Amino acid sequence: MAALEEEFTLSSVVLSAGPEGLLGVEQSDKTDQFLVTDSGRTVILYKVSDQKPLGSWSVKQGQIITCPAVCNFQTGEYVVVHDNKVLRIWNNEDVNLDKVFKATLSAEVYRILSVQGTEPLVLFKEGAVRGLEALLADPQQKIETVISDEEVIKWTKFFVVFRHPVLIFITEKHGNYFAYVQMFNSRILTKYTLLLGQDENSVIKSFTASVDRKFISLMSLSSDGCIYETLIPIRPADPEKNQSLVKSLLLKAVVSGNARNGVALTALDQDHVAVLGSPLAASKECLSVWNIKFQTLQTSKELPQGTSGQLWYYGEHLFMLHGKSLTVIPYKCEVSSLAGALGKLKHSQDPGTHVVSHFVNWETPQGCGLGFQNSEQSRRILRRRKIEVSLQPEVPPSKQLLSTIMKDSEKHIEVEVRKFLALKQTPDFHTVIGDTVTGLLESLCPDLMEIALKKKDVQLLQLCLQQFPDIPESVTCACLKIFLSIGDDSLQETDVNMESVFDYSINSVHDEKMEEQTEILQNGFNPEEDKCNNCDQELNKKPQDETKESTSCPVVQKRAALLNAILHSAYSETFLLPHLKDIPAQHITLFLKYLYFLYLKCSENATMTLPGIHPPTLNQIMDWICLLLDANFTVVVMMPEAKRLLINLYKLVKSQISVYSELNKIEVSFRELQKLNQEKNNRGLYSIEVLELF
Amino acid sequence: MGEFKVHRVRFFNYVPSGIRCVAYNNQSNRLAVSRTDGTVEIYNLSANYFQEKVGCEDGSVKLFQITPDKIQFERNFDRQKSRILSLSWHPSGTHIAAGSIDYISVFDVKSGSAVHKMIVDRQYMGVSKRKCIVWGVAFLSDGTIISVDSAGKVQFWDSATGTLVKSHLIANADVQSIAVADQEDSFVVGTAEGTVFHFQLVPVTSNSSEKQWVRTKPFQHHTHDVRTVAHSPTALISGGTDTHLVFRPLMEKVEVKNYDAALRKITFPHRCLISCSKKRQLLLFQFAHHLELWRLGSTVATGKNGDTLPLSKNADHLLHLKTKGPENIICSCISPCGSWIAYSTVSRFFLYRLNYEHDNISLKRVSKMPAFLRSALQILFSEDSTKLFVASNQGALHIVQLSGGSFKHLHAFQPQSGTVEAMCLLAVSPDGNWLAASGTSAGVHVYNVKQLKLHCTVPAYNFPVTAMAIAPNTNNLVIAHSDQQVFEYSIPDKQYTDWSRTVQKQGFHHLWLQRDTPITHISFHPKRPMHILLHDAYMFCIIDKSLPLPNDKTLLYNPFPPTNESDVIRRRTAHAFKISKIYKPLLFMDLLDERTLVAVERPLDDIIAQLPPPIKKKKFGT
Repeated sequence: MAALEEEFTLSSVVLSAGPEGLLGVEQSDKTDQFLVTDSGRTVILYKVSDQKPLGSWSVKQGQIITCPAVCNFQTGEYVVVHDNKVLRIWNNEDVNLDKVFKATLSAEVYRILSVQGTEPLVLFKEGAVRGLEALLADPQQKIETVISDEEVIKWTKFFVVFRHPVLIFITEKHGNYFAYVQMFNSRILTKYTLLLGQDENSVIKSFTASVDRKFISLMSLSSDGCIYETLIPIRPADPEKNQSLVKSLLLKAVVSGNARNGVALTALDQDHVAVLGSPLAASKECLSVWNIKFQTLQTSKELPQGTSGQLWYYGEHLFMLHGKSLTVIPYKCEVSSLAGALGKLKHSQDPGTHVVSHFVNWETPQGCGLGFQNSEQSRRILRRRKIEVSLQPEVPPSKQLLSTIMKDSEKHIEVEVRKFLALKQTPDFHTVIGDTVTGLLESLCPDLMEIALKKKDVQLLQLCLQQFPDIPESVTCACLKIFLSIGDDSLQETDVNMESVFDYSINSVHDEKMEEQTEILQNGFNPEEDKCNNCDQELNKKPQDETKESTSCPVVQKRAALLNAILHSAYSETFLLPHLKDIPAQHITLFLKYLYFLYLKCSENATMTLPGIHPPTLNQIMDWICLLLDANFTVVVMMPEAKRLLINLYKLVKSQISVYSELNKIEVSFRELQKLNQEKNNRGLYSIEVLELF
Repeated sequence: MGEFKVHRVRFFNYVPSGIRCVAYNNQSNRLAVSRTDGTVEIYNLSANYFQEKVGCEDGSVKLFQITPDKIQFERNFDRQKSRILSLSWHPSGTHIAAGSIDYISVFDVKSGSAVHKMIVDRQYMGVSKRKCIVWGVAFLSDGTIISVDSAGKVQFWDSATGTLVKSHLIANADVQSIAVADQEDSFVVGTAEGTVFHFQLVPVTSNSSEKQWVRTKPFQHHTHDVRTVAHSPTALISGGTDTHLVFRPLMEKVEVKNYDAALRKITFPHRCLISCSKKRQLLLFQFAHHLELWRLGSTVATGKNGDTLPLSKNADHLLHLKTKGPENIICSCISPCGSWIAYSTVSRFFLYRLNYEHDNISLKRVSKMPAFLRSALQILFSEDSTKLFVASNQGALHIVQLSGGSFKHLHAFQPQSGTVEAMCLLAVSPDGNWLAASGTSAGVHVYNVKQLKLHCTVPAYNFPVTAMAIAPNTNNLVIAHSDQQVFEYSIPDKQYTDWSRTVQKQGFHHLWLQRDTPITHISFHPKRPMHILLHDAYMFCIIDKSLPLPNDKTLLYNPFPPTNESDVIRRRTAHAFKISKIYKPLLFMDLLDERTLVAVERPLDDIIAQLPPPIKKKKFGT
């Protein structure tokens, strides 16, 4: 239940508040301390719990502060702008603002915005935005104009969404309102026109905004006394286009529209807003807290001495100018429930233990635009749908399945998945499966691969191999069997992920040319000439055969992609070996040929890697060659067609052994070289040196 | 901040002794380490792995041959043919497993007879080695015996039947040590190749109650033989010939993944082995069985930052003083005037008078040391070299007047009643009025030397003191603790100084608190009262109390001079801690005069060069 606690005044010192009230109240880097900037020359740092000022700084007579002081949370320093263009930075130890760091900028500043966890941003009156550090590096840099003539910034707010700074500012021009959303990292600026709806005469008096993962919820208090909500997507669909946004009524007539005094609105949490203003035209000003979910007034407090129509909310404190003094009203909101009302509320869980959903990371289903978070939120989502200009017509069955999986019990999911797999022939079937299995474990849905194996759905099997980290070796081997035995023609129909495969046929021609060239150019002589011609005669006999064998891939590209998925999957040798023995001999040779081909491709370049996005590594290739030979050696050795392959593999191993033995022989020399290097760095046992400490 | 000429000394030929044995005590969370030179060190793992005590109870290594007939006081065990190299009791005390050469015997304690004799396979990779030495055995409560041997095997035996259950070949060289966790669900072995293997008792399949021992993690933190291992509830501890003591936290047992979960490697002692005579520019180096006295060289040249200056005179080795008998030196000190050298072993105290005549030095031992000056933990001379302060291992503090070639015992501060703790750190104020003494856990006591009485006690702190010193003029006592906190306490005012309170309020920079090695020496600049000079093994720091303290957002260590940087950045980075990491590993650093520093380094490569060569391992084609 939301409640306002007893108010208290921060100081008896009368702040020099102009007709517009204070310039601002901002957080400092200590939770309990706030920077108050009056509309004249003074910045005061208050400690709220002690109700007293900790420091006060003023600019010179004749100068005027034009932008509220903020704290740079990264350095703990304070930043203020006076006379529109002069920026000052100081900290607690500084006494006189005249003596502190100063930078004169080339354009007028609207506001400096600072939140925890990122550097402050400077918003210029012409709509340009700069990071503070970048600005300080060159204060006189040219500042571009973003907004049009006569367009005036009315309000701004700064958020950090997923560590990305997002800035929103609202401008007004001839009674029309525009919202600008600046993604600071990507430098994308999106402009929206706020459509005011039926009542074209209404003027927006106050703005507030809150943010969740996908939307900025902009709430506005209009001159008709109603609160409207506008949802602005953080990531725009099309940043180039000027888009329009519709507002929806949130609360009706919370304040009197034609009151003389200013009104203010601020969002307290997801469900609550605080409104400052007179409920009726004649009555005194009130601070009221509304629940927007149930549209009920939660609490209100009369402010007889009048306010400046400004309201700030940080942590648990509402700040306002009541009469002439700065007043703080603590705000608390405890979760209310029916059980609580009936006195049957169980104690909440231990802090630190969270209910973890059965599945990981549902908040970010990749490539899927559904924004389900929990069931309570669905109401909001429905509303959101209405507001968004482009709407999805209907939720397809596949997405229904996805939402079921996200929300329902394990048992229910199983039933739904079975149902869905039976249906299967939807166009987006594999995308849905892809979304579903991301972050899943094989052991959580053991039947999925079983069914896929039964149906020989290689595309699904590849997906599973890529996503599941815990596939049993027997299943991996069953996949391998299917991948090796499936006909080329049936492969043509499937749509497997080709990410791991590189078109070797194109590249290899090019590569070979390169290699041939280098061979000729090597030191200006051909090493072949030195050698005894007879020795290599046999090898040179069939040069064409050799090249053919090494350059053409023994399997079609799609099969290669599937086999690569096997190479990438995790396994334990002991458990895999027995299953490998069941694979027919001709398939074993085919796989071996493919692996040998990959090895040759690997050894073509110096880094011993294959081209492509996610190719198999040399270690994976070698491990699988060994595994296959270990499991099937007696079979393979008897096959005449495998003889050449075995000879090649034997040569390969022999050459590797000789390379390593040579390396071992020269290791001693390496060590001596290393020693020589060390001695060079050794400066002797005693020296006198000069050291300057800065 | 200041320009210094630095005497960079690398001729301190110190080689830490190899670690022979470690033992961990769960109740106190302390670790005892014995080295091959006979020293015993106690490390407090709760206090940031600080080396609290160094004892040399017996200056020699004694190898005890535990053969069955020497346990005769209980029972006469069956005589064995060869020597026994390892022994382990069954937790119930009914049986003993003994590892010999080529076999393991199991004795019944009651009857004294060998129940089983289990022959260990000599075969190693199909080749028969000469002998198979069982380096270690561990007897588990379920009757399993785990043995490690010189053929590189870890074997599990059933003591009831005397049969081999399982064998793991883990190394091409000897497996030399084994330690089992208290829960008996995990053990650790160390090999002669420097590798440590972790074995864990894990279920055969998930949800299954049947468990088996599995080799889980190998760690390679040593270059030489791992002679000993220990298993604390949260970490594997290993030590060996390469002199490093390594703490490897088990990540699955660490609850908070913070800096405490990091690997620790302790190589250098957490105490000062070097003392310095500023007046004569002498350095006294302490070794296990001798002392070395060196005179620093000099130069007339000047230069800019980073320059090496030409020497007009090189450093001289003046003296090599060998101890008599087998006992290790515990502590030593040279007086600031350079005329006295004092050192102590476990049972004797020695004082020498040095005479300098041109280039000749004569050494005269002051004889007839009084009986109470038998064994000292710390020795200190006053700044004017007229007084000698000795912290005895009985807890008393002795003050001795030195004049001419003789000495006179002035006073002894007896330990506080009820305390048994001996003082191991001393600091005297430059005016000679105050003496501060600290043990390992209780607070620091400050004595008035003129009035010969206790002046005050600095409140006790949770972590032991690693270094302390008294500043000239102000008589502020600066104390460094093993958790890297530094306090400044005003002796005349009997309270912490304002600066110290400010530091405590704001807190030290997180990188300062995360340093691995303790501060071992503190000194002051005679002309700059706001400066405190201190160092650990990897950095040297001048704290300028007049500058603002760094917060966690500021760069603590900035090695670059402030040229070519904008005023904005320089203004932000100026803070009280000026750190230099040029000299490392740094064993000693002190200010000789206003413009001169002396830094004693001991490069690790020089130590490694003096160790026996490690077992050669194939680098390629493994």
